[in-house]
Amino acid sequence: MADEVILLDYWPSLFGVRTRIALEEKNKKFVYREQDLCNKSALLLEMNPVHKKIPVLIHNGKPVCESLIQVEYIDETWPGENPLLPSDPYQRAKARFWGDFINKMLPGLGKLMWGTKGEEQEEGKKEFIEMLKTVESELGDKTYFGGETFGYVDIALIGFYGWFDAFEKYGNFSIEAECPKIIAWAKRCVKRYSVAKSLPDSKKITELVPELKKKKGIK
Amino acid sequence: MAERSEEVKLLGMWASPFSRRVEIALTLKGLPYEFSEQDIANKSPLLLQSNPVHKMIPVLLHNGKPISESLVILEYIDDTWQHNQILPQDPYDKAIARFWARFVDEQIYVTAMKVVGKVGEERDAAVEATRDLLKLMEKELVGKDFLGGESLGFVDIVATLVAFWLMRTEEVVGVKVVPVEMFPEIHRWVKNLLDVDVIKKCIPPEGEHLNYIRARMDSLKLKSV
Repeated sequence: MADEVILLDYWPSLFGVRTRIALEEKNKKFVYREQDLCNKSALLLEMNPVHKKIPVLIHNGKPVCESLIQVEYIDETWPGENPLLPSDPYQRAKARFWGDFINKMLPGLGKLMWGTKGEEQEEGKKEFIEMLKTVESELGDKTYFGGETFGYVDIALIGFYGWFDAFEKYGNFSIEAECPKIIAWAKRCVKRYSVAKSLPDSKKITELVPELKKKKGIK
Repeated sequence: MAERSEEVKLLGMWASPFSRRVEIALTLKGLPYEFSEQDIANKSPLLLQSNPVHKMIPVLLHNGKPISESLVILEYIDDTWQHNQILPQDPYDKAIARFWARFVDEQIYVTAMKVVGKVGEERDAAVEATRDLLKLMEKELVGKDFLGGESLGFVDIVATLVAFWLMRTEEVVGVKVVPVEMFPEIHRWVKNLLDVDVIKKCIPPEGEHLNYIRARMDSLKLKSV
């Protein structure tokens, strides 16, 4: 029986990008279904009744939710090509730790982008920069987070890269100035087919921000 | 073949649900370990060195190598010692287990903390919100002895947070967040958990635990019953 893989997603989502990249790394054909988050489809509500959020990976009719859980699922279901997680348990634990840490950067980014007061935005920016610097020191001088192989942690973080222009514009700072190794790493990642194909256009994201702010009721 | 000496040490805290879940996993696997009670108010050099990023317990040290974040630790334990598997083998079932574990930690725990930390209307709202989340857990238990199915699994271990922390806090806070009339399946599941030797062995003793919660609330200037 042929595998049916559907991804319910929203093009600017830094979560959805992770799943798209993982599927591309495995050379997995999938059907991409763009979701309108203001008018959620019956399928989305049925497939993610708990959170009603994207991305949702539907494999032969069965839904998997949460982007990093989807990345592990993809790795375990199609183990042959391009392993995304290391095989050594300790290295896997490190990868999962950093995936979790990267997710913890989100509240700070939320304050930076969607904060209503200047103070809140400054706080968010500080938090984000501090955490990104921690991530940068974990990367060090390696090619990718796992060493020579592109994998889970790279996938967890690269989705943010599409939003870097927006962060810089609204936070009034330069990520390259703060974390040059991260920018160098991102430029390496973008050369990979899976990333180039999946990452949304930075300019389009930055242009979308005022509209998103309006939808969230922020001036 | 030389026998590998396994040195397993847990930097933890007797009253922490995150620390206790690691103890449950180690005990389920029959793994001997050294437990080192940590003082969070006065963090040891070993803790700071082993978890420089978060500076929090639990930290598992396996032959000196540190692993932090309780869910990461649980998966590490399962990956390293593959008997008595905690997570399901099937990738889909594993994904579902991981989803519910995150739900407990990122949704239930965060919302339930507000029940303790807030008063008046804000507390009432937190109680309602916690119940809404617990209704989803209640549904998952229908027709099952454990969240993991027929036997204790990953999600049950993680959800001991609900059974033995959230539900114990009810007594101290004086609010029945999880009444049996609303959550018969959860109450049945707690009874099932208490029938498991490993659980009985690894959860904090009730009396001392309640006193600890009361003392913590007092120190945070929160009213307790």
